[in-house]
Amino acid sequence: MSAVAVRHAAVAYAGRTVLRDVTLDVGDGQVVAVLGANGSGKSTLIRTILGLVPLAGGEIDLFGTPQRRFREWARIGYVPQRMGAGGGVPATVGEVVASGRLARRGIFRPARAADREAVRAALEDVGLLDRIGDPVATLSGGQQQRTLIARALAGRPDLLVLDEPTAGVDAASQEAFAAALARFGERGGTILLVAHELGPLEPLIDKAVVVHDGRIAYEGAVPEPAGHHAGPGHDHVHPHAEPERSRICVAPTDRMPANP
Amino acid sequence: MSLLQYDFMIRALVGALIIGLTAPALGIYLVQRRLSLIGDGIGHVALTGVGVGLLLQRSPVITAVVVSVIGAIAVELVRERGRTSGDVALALLFYGGIAGGVVLVGLSEDSGNANLMQYLFGSLTTTSRQDLTVIAVLGVAVLVAMLGLRPALFAVCHDEEYARVSGLPVRTLNLLMAVTTAVTVTIAMRTVGLLLVSALMVVPVAAAQQVTRGFRGTMATAMAIGVTAAAAGVWVAGEIDTAPGATIVILAIAAFVALTAGAATWRVLRGRLGVEGAAHHAEPPDVVLEAGVR
Repeated sequence: MSAVAVRHAAVAYAGRTVLRDVTLDVGDGQVVAVLGANGSGKSTLIRTILGLVPLAGGEIDLFGTPQRRFREWARIGYVPQRMGAGGGVPATVGEVVASGRLARRGIFRPARAADREAVRAALEDVGLLDRIGDPVATLSGGQQQRTLIARALAGRPDLLVLDEPTAGVDAASQEAFAAALARFGERGGTILLVAHELGPLEPLIDKAVVVHDGRIAYEGAVPEPAGHHAGPGHDHVHPHAEPERSRICVAPTDRMPANP
Repeated sequence: MSLLQYDFMIRALVGALIIGLTAPALGIYLVQRRLSLIGDGIGHVALTGVGVGLLLQRSPVITAVVVSVIGAIAVELVRERGRTSGDVALALLFYGGIAGGVVLVGLSEDSGNANLMQYLFGSLTTTSRQDLTVIAVLGVAVLVAMLGLRPALFAVCHDEEYARVSGLPVRTLNLLMAVTTAVTVTIAMRTVGLLLVSALMVVPVAAAQQVTRGFRGTMATAMAIGVTAAAAGVWVAGEIDTAPGATIVILAIAAFVALTAGAATWRVLRGRLGVEGAAHHAEPPDVVLEAGVR
């Protein structure tokens, strides 16, 4: 059974088509990366899968249930791009991660020992257990990102959905992040992630999907140049030497005209 | 305390204590989602409710609850849509609310500036036994909701999209917040008045977050500051004969200033100590030299 099945999905914002005829299958236990340039629609694709953006056409199934009727949200752990700044009210790392238990325990039942244990285990997994009582505002960007993955892991999901999890994250946090995802994958978890650059996540990926101009432009193994692009020092300015390769190259779409 | 031999002072004190606890418990969520001024706006709308009550010769507290709940739900629906014109829609609602209130109060038989002032700035010492019952019942209901649903409300205010993906009833929780805001504004109307309501929701939270590290700690500290300011405000107002509502707010702001100054001083002191501490832990010179050679 597929964890996520998207068939002929279309999405429009204020009359403008953002995604058209997108079909995507994320098998149980698979690690799928959605790649593409900024504005290609890749973030919209996963936000649509999560129900944050309404579907204009087509169908989405989550764990075999049409999204409209899907209620087992505890099976999905969502990791957004960054932590919201909030209104300045402090919150500890532990409090933020504990939010990840709500889908499991419901809103009326107070936290039990098992909930607290899951929070600690998730923080251990991302290497932040020693910061559990610290205000999240005192953490670096990378540590905040790890807090968000811990929040998702605390709910013990079957599927992790990550929106550009490593964008602007320091190298140490990227490694900790990749290790936590690898362990999640080894436990049989399914991962769907959106990325501009894969970096240390690359070895985990079973299937890559490239979104360009609202359509799926490529589906298969991680494109070779994408691995090169993922290098931390890469600056996206190499010329298109090999047309054969650039066909499945991710980053140059940055400079492609939107409507050739 | 000699003042407490008067029944009206005891009622004033109990009413103030309930608001002192309830307003910050709700306000912390409003501050967290950057809606600090929403209480003020709902207060404006509540004045129309007061006007309706006086005109119909019904209890102004009840009609104010009804009208401000409707107003708060309207505000929430505007906020949910996230339109850029939402700002203007809110301004229309708020100023319409206060203008409507002034006109309606003027039309009622009971009109007069004194009456209007009583609702705008509070009139704690005229709190009747019936008023106190309404304040107590509604205040405890709001308090129970804010404390009991803290994890869920925290999740929604901290990251609404994440809460939605978690399958939380985000819309219901947002409407609950809107309704409890309206209820709190109305019951606080007696204590601090509609124009100062927002201060009791926001100022204790702002003061608490100068010295706290987590959400739960901020909530507890804010409630402690709120209830202390309320008790002290009623006492001070009785002693030096000032308006209790305004006195409570001044004391809460004083707490904010004191805690902010205290926290800043503490940071400076700790910074100095930290620098000295770091000097002790500095690397020995040979290590530095080696690094320099490399």
